[in-house]
Amino acid sequence: MTIGPLLYSGTDWDFATLLRSYDAIERIATDELGLECYPNRIEVISSEQMLDVYTAHGMPLTYRHWSYGKRFLQHESSYRRGYTSLAYEVVINSNPCISYLMEENTATMQALVTAHAAFGHNHFFRNNHLFRQWTEASAILDYLAFARSYIATCEDRFGTAAVERVLDAAHSLSRHGVHRHGGSRPMNLKSEEKRERERLEYDESVYDDLWRTLPDTKPVQGMDKVAERQRRLGLPEENLLHFLEKSSPRLQSWEREVIRIVRLIAQYFYPQPQVKVMNEGCATWVHQRIMTRLHETGQIDDAAFLEVLHSTSNVIMQPGFDHPAAGPGFNPYALGYAVMTDIARVCEAPTAEDRKWFPDIAGNGDPTGTLRHVWANYRDESFLLQFLSPKVMREFRMFRLLDDTAEPTLLVDAIHDDEGYRDIRRALARSYDPGLNDSDVQVIDVDLTGDRRLILEHRTHAGQLLSHKDADATLHYIAALWGYEVRLQEVDADTEAVLATHKASPIVSV
Amino acid sequence: MANAARVAIDKNTLRELGQGGTVTIPADVLHEPSFHTVFTSGQREIVLSGNKQFSTGDRLKRPPGGAGGAGGGEGDGQGNGEAEDGFRFVLTRDEFLDLFFEDLELPDLIKRQIVATETTTLTRAGISMDGSPSRVDMSRTMRQSLARRIGLRRPKPVEVRELEEEIARREASNDDPDRLRALRLELEVALRRMARVPWVDPIDMRYRRFEQVPKPSTRAVMFCLMDVSGSMSESMKDLAKRFFLLLHVFLQRRYKRVDVVFIRHTEVAEEVPEEVFFTDPRTGGTVVSTALAEFTRIQRDRYPVASWNIYAAQASDGDNSGSDTQRAVAMLETDILPVVQHFAYIEVSLSAAIVRGETDLWRGYAPLAERMPKLAMRRAMERRDIFSVFRDLFARRASVA
Repeated sequence: MTIGPLLYSGTDWDFATLLRSYDAIERIATDELGLECYPNRIEVISSEQMLDVYTAHGMPLTYRHWSYGKRFLQHESSYRRGYTSLAYEVVINSNPCISYLMEENTATMQALVTAHAAFGHNHFFRNNHLFRQWTEASAILDYLAFARSYIATCEDRFGTAAVERVLDAAHSLSRHGVHRHGGSRPMNLKSEEKRERERLEYDESVYDDLWRTLPDTKPVQGMDKVAERQRRLGLPEENLLHFLEKSSPRLQSWEREVIRIVRLIAQYFYPQPQVKVMNEGCATWVHQRIMTRLHETGQIDDAAFLEVLHSTSNVIMQPGFDHPAAGPGFNPYALGYAVMTDIARVCEAPTAEDRKWFPDIAGNGDPTGTLRHVWANYRDESFLLQFLSPKVMREFRMFRLLDDTAEPTLLVDAIHDDEGYRDIRRALARSYDPGLNDSDVQVIDVDLTGDRRLILEHRTHAGQLLSHKDADATLHYIAALWGYEVRLQEVDADTEAVLATHKASPIVSV
Repeated sequence: MANAARVAIDKNTLRELGQGGTVTIPADVLHEPSFHTVFTSGQREIVLSGNKQFSTGDRLKRPPGGAGGAGGGEGDGQGNGEAEDGFRFVLTRDEFLDLFFEDLELPDLIKRQIVATETTTLTRAGISMDGSPSRVDMSRTMRQSLARRIGLRRPKPVEVRELEEEIARREASNDDPDRLRALRLELEVALRRMARVPWVDPIDMRYRRFEQVPKPSTRAVMFCLMDVSGSMSESMKDLAKRFFLLLHVFLQRRYKRVDVVFIRHTEVAEEVPEEVFFTDPRTGGTVVSTALAEFTRIQRDRYPVASWNIYAAQASDGDNSGSDTQRAVAMLETDILPVVQHFAYIEVSLSAAIVRGETDLWRGYAPLAERMPKLAMRRAMERRDIFSVFRDLFARRASVA
């Protein structure tokens, strides 16, 4: 490897510095690590702009809604009072991949976050199967622009209050707007606009007042009515937003379109929480590797590399459970980085224990290829279940608590020893299982010809009922979209016993 | 936002209203709900890091403050909810009141202001040539004087002094007597001109002019009348207090100065300070007309109609001794309604009284309210009713014309 000239020295940077760093980083990323990225677009922004980006869930633009203002005030006040500092970068899963870098970063930090976001996250977005399956990176920016202008048009035509009413209700259900088992069709701006136009044209073309005068058809005799009804509406249905958009009897077509916008944007964000550990682990591992190589090849000096080490070790800090800074759960940067570093170690210098636990990859001599395979094909739950090694568990000094509300105390039922490794690993992986963490609420029945009451069911796990107040409030939103009474039953998934019922009727507006 | 402000009223923020400063609106008004589960019972497993001394089988005490294991493992949704509750919007008092009273207005305000133009104020109205010496505009006067002196070529005192000095010098040296004579002549002319052209002439005088401008009255007085007899419970008084407070804040936004008069009554009425009004319990019967009489007395005494906008609010549970209602209604019609801008009657009653149907006072006032739009009457049963009643009373009417 040639010893290159220094890319920069000191902390100051200009755009020429950024470009030199970017080129050097790109060489390592593609030649040595074999990363495949979307084309990059890097923007340097101020802290004000960073707050704006935070507000819109890290997106460069979005439609108008009061909740964004609320989020802005939250971030702003906590930033102004010094409770939190802003991120060094924000990266968007789009094609081209947009990275925002803070303008007050030092030259080293700019190089580090370029490696982290523009190559680490970018590679992950492009290759991980969840993102490939659920998000359409090339369409998202156009779609957001469409959503923004569509909602602005609705506000002009129908009033902000009417639009806000639909958005509020749809937002409360945004976690229930995904076909978990179906995958998604790619979205495309042209077809979205065409579809909306066709919907209007169809409505107009089929409108015929005569239909109103036809007598109702007789119900088919001898059929199991409930089963038939469920079949026709495609029930049970877990995608509540989709169901309301398609089947709610009272919505106007623009309201359905607004629900659809919320649903599609929610779907775009659906993979993010499922791969948080891997995504951050991947980006951190990549930036650390790239910066190390830059230092080894003499392209950054010792001072810069010390800054890199300092910054990385801050990011991957995992406070112990009794530390005041300990949050709920693990620091995704720390866990992801630790496991990925460990995978690389197992590939190159396995111990006897590693050979026993990871016979497939131990000593295969191809750490980057192995990691690329991991990044592409796993999500947090399966990743931890497969690759969390005893060594990492020992390093984190993990232990498992059993919290049984019938007992007055908590039981330590596994620690990092031979008996405990598998238990801990299974429990930790389960805590990242979206199937267990998202509440499973489904539409199970509705009588469209009768009283039109909508019946939902929540299948609970181990006595975890819905938060009562929030469930009622959300149910009111559903009732507002449905237009008739809505009922929610909480059912024990094993015994089918009904544990709680919630009811809501639409508020009759004056 | 306006909605949030209204909800905040129900949550005791009202107290802050009277005090100024800022008003905080709790963010749970802006809560965004969703379906999420809460761990309440059963079993769950939590994996934590940083084990120092635990071995398998150890039992730990539950950390205080809930089922969460050592600050870890609590469900995501729960955590978010709590974090949001700690967050508040801060509005200044004015911002808050702007939102709060956004679409309310005082009834008949404009009409009355035009009628009640008894008070006047002095306003500068330019410059005049005459006036009292106390209003001389010195700089303008001197400017006039200077212009006139230049125009009439009045010799300057300095020039005269130089002439005199030169004459004196020449008299001493006594040469060139012709020149001396000429100088003396010149001095004589100058002195004569100086005597003829005065330093300040009456035509130079300029005075500041003021005019009496009629001004709409910006004072209001608010009479709070409340029945404090035994039948009024503490919660009823609380309702009344909320209404009075709202009205007070509302009036303060429209008038520079708002006086408040508290009149309480049982079978006798008296004016009391605010603290006594709301806290001191009384027992006894109820004779409403005494309070109305006290109102009229104080109003005639201290608040002439010409210079005060008068508002009155009466809170009662509706009880009155049988024979008195007629008298009260008559007093209201002849003495009170003609002088007030608005008279609000709030019947605070708990459910039992409502079941009984119409109360004595309600039945008495109702026909009057139909004839006289100034009298408005509403019922309030619960704390949350107060605001809607208030809004209802002062909602902006479309057809005022």
